[in-house]
Amino acid sequence: MRIEDHPILGPAKGEATIEIEVDGRKIPAVPGEMISSALIAAGIKVFRRTHGKGEARGYFCGIGQCTDCMMTVDNMPSIRTCITPVKDGMKIKTQSGHGKWEV
Amino acid sequence: MLTTDVAVVGAGPAGLLAAVDAAKAGAKTMLINEYIEPGGQLTKQIHKFFGSEEHKAGIRGIDIAAKLFKEIDELKVDKRMATVVWSIFHSNILGIAHDGKSEMLRAHKIILATGASENAFAFPGWTLPGVMGAGAAQTLINLQRVLPGQRVLMVGAGNVGLIVAYQLLQAGAEVVAVLDALPYIGGYSVHSAKIARDGVPIWTSHTVKKAHGRESVEGATVVKVDKQWELIPGTERELEVDTICIAVGLTPLTELAWLAKCKFTWVPALGGYVPLYDDKMETTVKGLYVAGDCAGIEEASTAMEEGRIAAISAVESLGLITQQRAYALRAAAYERVKEFRIGPFGEMRDQGKRFIWREREKYEGRV
Amino acid sequence: MKGGFKSTGILTAEELRGLPGIPSEKRAAEGTVAVIECAEEFPCDPCESSCVHGAIIVGRPITNLPHLKEDLCIGCGECIVECPGLAIFMMDLIYSENEATVSIPYEFLPLPRVGEKVEAVDRSGTVITTGRVIDVKNLPSQDRTAVVTIAVPKEFGWDVRGLQLKGEKDL
Repeated sequence: MRIEDHPILGPAKGEATIEIEVDGRKIPAVPGEMISSALIAAGIKVFRRTHGKGEARGYFCGIGQCTDCMMTVDNMPSIRTCITPVKDGMKIKTQSGHGKWEV
Repeated sequence: MLTTDVAVVGAGPAGLLAAVDAAKAGAKTMLINEYIEPGGQLTKQIHKFFGSEEHKAGIRGIDIAAKLFKEIDELKVDKRMATVVWSIFHSNILGIAHDGKSEMLRAHKIILATGASENAFAFPGWTLPGVMGAGAAQTLINLQRVLPGQRVLMVGAGNVGLIVAYQLLQAGAEVVAVLDALPYIGGYSVHSAKIARDGVPIWTSHTVKKAHGRESVEGATVVKVDKQWELIPGTERELEVDTICIAVGLTPLTELAWLAKCKFTWVPALGGYVPLYDDKMETTVKGLYVAGDCAGIEEASTAMEEGRIAAISAVESLGLITQQRAYALRAAAYERVKEFRIGPFGEMRDQGKRFIWREREKYEGRV
Repeated sequence: MKGGFKSTGILTAEELRGLPGIPSEKRAAEGTVAVIECAEEFPCDPCESSCVHGAIIVGRPITNLPHLKEDLCIGCGECIVECPGLAIFMMDLIYSENEATVSIPYEFLPLPRVGEKVEAVDRSGTVITTGRVIDVKNLPSQDRTAVVTIAVPKEFGWDVRGLQLKGEKDL
């Protein structure tokens, strides 16, 4: 859920004017926000599955340190979505294990 | 190869002040930051700062940050955001990468202001999406304007846990409880009072036993602990939550200092392994300085002063300011920082800092 | 000691009475006065400089608990917004025959409106009575710390330290 108004930060400045695709599903995104933010705002919490047991992983440290948030973005695997801003038309896939680099 | 006089790694409170003071003295200054926006923790501190007027008390962290950003631009500091320093060579060459491209940077002086990372706390179910660092939740709500969930369990009642719990309320979430395994609240009484009167229960001598949910957090089992940190059977409670924030301490982020072969020491009161440095914030590697949380976990106010001290010392050794001027500026910074290192909360950190200085002295002349 | 602010965040009556920032019963019975509920030594002193009447003393070191000089306090409320810990309140136990007022620092949305009925809570967040909003100040100079003044039955003046909007909480 997006925080539209805030007692200290004021009203949200950006509007969700662009779209990104997550596993084929189009979701709105605010230009400049991190990929993980657009996903969480859309209620998507599972970002990838571990290569061993296929367990769900998602947003954890928020600053690019832990790699739990990695997804495959525009065919590039293991992109840390918490420090990567969205781009209009970006194609994001829930990553399975180490992902695959589709050249 | 790129060159600069002073390279500051990290644009949080320590790095920002370091870059400002270095640039003011006339040093060619580069400010490198991994995150796309500068500010580090400052841009997440939406509350009014403590301390005294000289420490910018009463001003919100975000507003202090805004002023510093303006100064950085006015001083024409070379800003490299979304740029990671991936290694350090021979003590003065940095490998930096931006947008998939890497470059080498030779700096005469390097100030590491790389901050800290949140400690993990493993319990069954901790890997479920919905379990995150308290700082991670803070980044999400204050920088990204997105709620992590609706019903939050906060684990840890130090200042980070208490402040983030309050900020979650301000953002519109419900904080179901704040836990701490200690038998007392570690954070300031004013922070705990603020959330207590907002209806958030604080349960000391409690911890989280398990998080459950199919693909993400749907609930948590909390339990009382005894004086030996053992879980007390029969005291379990089920909480309906979709988010669990972990606020169990910070650890300095010091990979670059390790890579540069700085000498370290172990200081629990300051978060663990800390590089050795002197009162000029210079490590055992000549020309390499540290400041802020990476030099020991404290707060934004002390980080800013340490950033200044490191920059003053760096430009002094570059000959850009006189020894006397450097001495006077450092003394003033230490006067200000002193007030944060006294009293029941500050004493331990003061002892920790002095221990580091004493350990560093053992390397004098041997480096 | 059972409870206490160190284990719950909630100041007990005894802990409160011992604080240098709390006015005496005598002064409180004379009219609007500051109640500084600051109980721990950490470096902080904006309250001192916020009071132009010199009624708040912290001194050096700045970890000292703020001391209220109650005879100098005129109850103007300037200090409420300056305290970074939101620990200062104004209390008027003689607002009217039956009512006291409590002024509370407030940093949430939506802001209560004058005339609105609210749930008045004590330091533990427990609803203990209903209140009536009689004033809301949110000037730019307050830097987003609004001050909400509510009228409550007189006997709750010392205990009411927060409010909840009736109906849904927040949002």
